[in-house]
This record gives sequence, structure tokens and C-alpha cells, in this order.
Amino acid sequence: MTAHTEEAGVPAPTVQGTGDGPERADRSERLSALAQQHGALVTLVIAMVVASLSFDTFLTGDNLENMALSSAFLAVVALGMTFVIVTGGIDLSVGSLFALGGVLAAWGSRYGTAVALLLPLAVCGLVGLVNGLLIARVRLAPFIVTLAAMLGARGLLLAITDEGSRTYLVDKDSFFATLGQGTLLGVGVPVWITLALFAAGAVVLRRSRFGQYVYAVGGNEDAGALMGAPVARTKITVYTLSGLCAGLAGALNAAWLASGVTILGTGMELDAISAVVIGGTLLTGGSGFISGSLVGVLLLKVIQNVINQIGSLDSAYQQVVSGAFLAVVVIAQTWLGRRRRVL
Amino acid sequence: MTELTFARPSLDRARLLRLLQDYGVYAGVLVLLLFDVAFTPHFLSVENFRTQAVQVAPVLVVALGMALAIGAEGVDLSVGSVMALSTSLISLYLGYGPWIAVLVALAGGIVVGAANGALIAFVGVQPIVATLALMVAGRGVALVLLPQLKDVRDPDMAALGSGAVLGVPYLVLIAAGLALLTAFVMRRTTFGRQVLAIGDSRPAARLAGLPVGRVLVVVYVSCGALAAIAGVLATARLSASDPTSLGTLMELSAITAVVVGGTPLSGGRVRVGGTVAGAVLIQLLTTTLIKHDLPPSWTQIAQAAVIVLAVYAARERGRR
Repeated sequence: MTAHTEEAGVPAPTVQGTGDGPERADRSERLSALAQQHGALVTLVIAMVVASLSFDTFLTGDNLENMALSSAFLAVVALGMTFVIVTGGIDLSVGSLFALGGVLAAWGSRYGTAVALLLPLAVCGLVGLVNGLLIARVRLAPFIVTLAAMLGARGLLLAITDEGSRTYLVDKDSFFATLGQGTLLGVGVPVWITLALFAAGAVVLRRSRFGQYVYAVGGNEDAGALMGAPVARTKITVYTLSGLCAGLAGALNAAWLASGVTILGTGMELDAISAVVIGGTLLTGGSGFISGSLVGVLLLKVIQNVINQIGSLDSAYQQVVSGAFLAVVVIAQTWLGRRRRVL
Repeated sequence: MTELTFARPSLDRARLLRLLQDYGVYAGVLVLLLFDVAFTPHFLSVENFRTQAVQVAPVLVVALGMALAIGAEGVDLSVGSVMALSTSLISLYLGYGPWIAVLVALAGGIVVGAANGALIAFVGVQPIVATLALMVAGRGVALVLLPQLKDVRDPDMAALGSGAVLGVPYLVLIAAGLALLTAFVMRRTTFGRQVLAIGDSRPAARLAGLPVGRVLVVVYVSCGALAAIAGVLATARLSASDPTSLGTLMELSAITAVVVGGTPLSGGRVRVGGTVAGAVLIQLLTTTLIKHDLPPSWTQIAQAAVIVLAVYAARERGRR
């Protein structure tokens, strides 16, 4: 998509994720780029201002905390998804892995916190690794491979829960439960974990060699390979990462709910993809950034919250608005992208 | 090309692979049928075959549209939501008579398809994202129109759902007719050729002067209309409208049927017969596993394995 990311193998400071060329920094081009990068953030601020002016209950501590907590789990999934999408791939298995991770964590919590965390990470990471191997080494389409993984992981989940009829519970007094339910400085532990992961993710994507490889693979796979980027290894790593993120999010969610709910996570892959795309990451790959995905998740949750606040509206309107919003965002992105290419 | 392949020592393997790609899905159906005849009790009854055929009909109709979209190097994730929208519309407009209701449902599918097509063809949005947006919004609209399950009590709809001609249910006849129509369109019409040309290479098709935008819109409109028909058929069979659950994960079943049937995801080729066989294969696989008392978890894992196998077999074709 963007030509400049191809030199990503060299950790030069001028290389930016969105591929802005410094040489033709025309003013309107810069404006378009700015709109593409920060449009979601501006919309989020506007939405929050409007919501807090319209509803007294919006800017209350309880409501904000609820929103932050419920965003945290989706945000962790979206973090892994961002890496995958920047390489030009897609991961449909995250919803199933989220549910699987939750069930495994709840089952493992009886053997201590370490098992409760490591078991879902191991299994979901392994599924992600298999996805990555099939995509990078066998060269199957990401869409289909992760679709199969979605079915397979859901099948595995049913197999270990007596066809979904058994719900494993987490002991509420265990340390594992505090990972989901505890608070630190008045803010839930999952929120802190999410913020820490996003900070780490942003540093990895923007400042590390691996992050540059991710952009290079997504920008132009062949060019990336010629520049010396390890294409296959990078792809395998991002899908493993995505599996790990989904598993961790599931485990945290299980700790929060104090049980491994089997019916969670259907459609979550679509929410995660929507959040990433709304956040300004292009599905064509090679361009995107971590903080945008966080903004995308928050935006989806604010929309949901506002619609819940308007008591008279059915929750179905939330889907209508989210879908329409996604359409508007992609139209704007395509338009801005085209504009920048023409200029 | 042929001479080159002949010169290679791996001739038999290459030919075997091609045979597997082209006829693997039919062989799979045959093997499953033989297995069922031999080991599944009460399999060889007319009633059983009728049940299987009725169950596969809606999936097949959706898969036909999906095959068109995939052939044009796209995909349509909104089909399940279009089914939900269609069932909601039927419920709402049944008061004006079944024909009006069905027409309105079809119009709903066409509108969604046109929106998909316009986003993809004229705005240039990727098919996955464009149809994802309409998938989310479509289900929402369906639920806004009809918030919960509602019975459909109409003699004509009931006849459509359970009636039969010469022992063949209407649903199956309609699905078969649509499959024949799709096969004819893809093989014998200019439009079919244009779809494949666009799927092969959109820039090349544009340079060759094909009306790329128009063809793409028609592809997604057909896909939406077929999904709406599937919604009508499912509503008639269940004699109820359930916009919450009707058509969920249908996009995945349809994509599975198309891919297992040997249509490559990279576009430029559509196998209608394979798609029919793919839908039948998945249905037979599910039934076989269920009839042998294997839990649903196994069914899903088996489906996953079949998908990966099918794509693996189809993989070499792309490299040719």
C-alpha cells in the first residue's frame, strides 16, 4: 500500500508506520493523513462530550469504570488483531479462543493462579502458532485457516465442558479472581493490565525491529523479503501473538466473571476487526497503529453505552449504529487514502 | 504447458492432485454415502433423504450467491444478516399477502446487496470490511423491525415449507432450480464470463473495457437476493420468524461449502456443481457424526479439518 514502509528493515527514525513521505509533505496531504490517524480520536472526544452533556449519568465514576472494564477484554483481543491486520492478514479465531481461554482458566484456577494463567496462554498460543504455520509455511489463506481454527477451538471448548453444559467456577477468594475483580487506585486490575499491554504493544510495533518487519510484511511481502525481513517468521509470530492475546483476554474475563462461561465470544472477532479498522489501521496491511485500536474499542463501547442510556431504544439500534459507523469510517478512509495517493 | 508437465517425473502425483482438486468433493460425498449406507441404521429411507435435502436447501442457496462473490475475488459476510432481515420483513408484511411479503423480503436483500456492491465497486472498500459493516447493521435492522421470535401462520407459507411435488419438497426444487440457473449464468452468459474475468484480475478486466463496477454491483445484488430467498425458505420451513438466531454463522457455512467445493478464494473460477456437493458434504458429515452419537464438539472439529484439507488440496492450483 505505502511505498515508504518497505525500507522498514532499516531502523531509521524517519520511517513512520503510516508511511508518510517527508519529501512531499504537502499541507492537504498532511491533513488527510492526520484525519486518517486521529479521526477516531476526535470522534471519540466529540461523542464523549455530547454524551456527558446529554446524560447526567454518563460522566459518573461508576459508569466510566464499567465502560473501562468492559472495554478492557475486547481491547486486549484487538491488540493482537492489530498486529495481524498490519501484516495484511486477518484472524477470525479470536472469539472462540477468547471463550476457550476463559473456560481453561476457570478450570485451571483450582490448581492455582499460575495454571489458570499459563494453561489458556499455552493452548491459545498453540492454536495461534498452528494458524501461523499454516498461513506462512503452507501458504493457505488467513481467512480460511483462522475460520477453521474458529470452528476447531469452539469444538474443543464444547468437548471439555460436556458439550457446553458445564461451567467451571473460579474461587472468589483466590488471587486469580483478584486479577479480574480487584482494583488498584480505584481502577480495575484488568484496565491496568490492558494499558500496560497496549504500551508494550505500541513500543514493539513502532520501535522494535520486529515491529518494522510487521510493517514491511504488510506493506509489500515480496519487497519485505528482498530487504531481508523474515516474512514467514514474522507472520507466525503475529498469529501466535493474536492467539495469546485472545487467551489472556478470556482468562481475565473469566477471573472477572468468576466463571468460565461457554457461550461468550461469538462475534467477538468482528468487534475486534471493527475496532481496529475504526482506529485507522488499513485492512490492506502495511499501515496502522496500536493506540488507534484502543480508541476504536472505546468508541464502540461509548456508542453502546449511549444507546443503553437512551432507555427507550432497543439494543438492536446499537448494531445499526455500529455498522453504519463502520461503513462511514471505511468510506472516509478509502477516500482519504485515495486522495493522498493522487496528490 | 502440457509437454512441460509430461516431462516431469512427478506426473502421476500432479495428475492425481488435479483429480483430487476437481473431483475430491464428489468422492468425499460418495464415501460418506457408502459409509452411511453400510453403518448408519435407517439411512436408506426416502424420509431421511428428504430431511437431509430440506435441511441443506437454505445453505445451498446462500452458497450459490457466495460462490459468485468469491468468484469475483470478493466475499459476502452479510448473508446471514440478510436472511434475518428477510424473515423480519416477511413477518411484517404477511398481512398484505404472502406474495407481497416475499417480494418485500427480496427487495430487502437486493437493497443490502446494492449497498455492498456500491461500497465495493464505486468507493473501493475491501469486500470483507464493506460486507462486515452491513452484516452488523443488517442484523440490527432486522431486530429493530422484529424484536423477537414470531410465529408465521399462513397457509401459503406453510405449503412452501412442507409441500412437495412428486415427493420432492418445494424447498429442494427451488434450491435445485437456482443452482441450475447459476450454473447456466456462469457458463453460458457474458455476465458469467465478466465475473470470472474480474475475479482473475480487476485491473486487466478494466483495461479490457469490461463494465467492472456494474458487474460487481450485480454480483452482490444477486448474492443479497439469494440470501433473502434462503431467508424465505428457512422461514417457511420453521413456520416462524426468528431474527435473533436465523442465519447466524451462515456466512461461514456458505464459505465452507464454496471452498470445499473447489472454488479458489483467489477468484477467477466458480464451480457451481462443486458448491452443491460441498454443501451436501458438510450436511452429510454433520448428520453422520450426529447419528453415530458423536457430540457437536466433534462435528465442529471435523468440519475444521475438512476445510483445511479442502484448502490444502486447492492450494497447488493457484501456483499451477
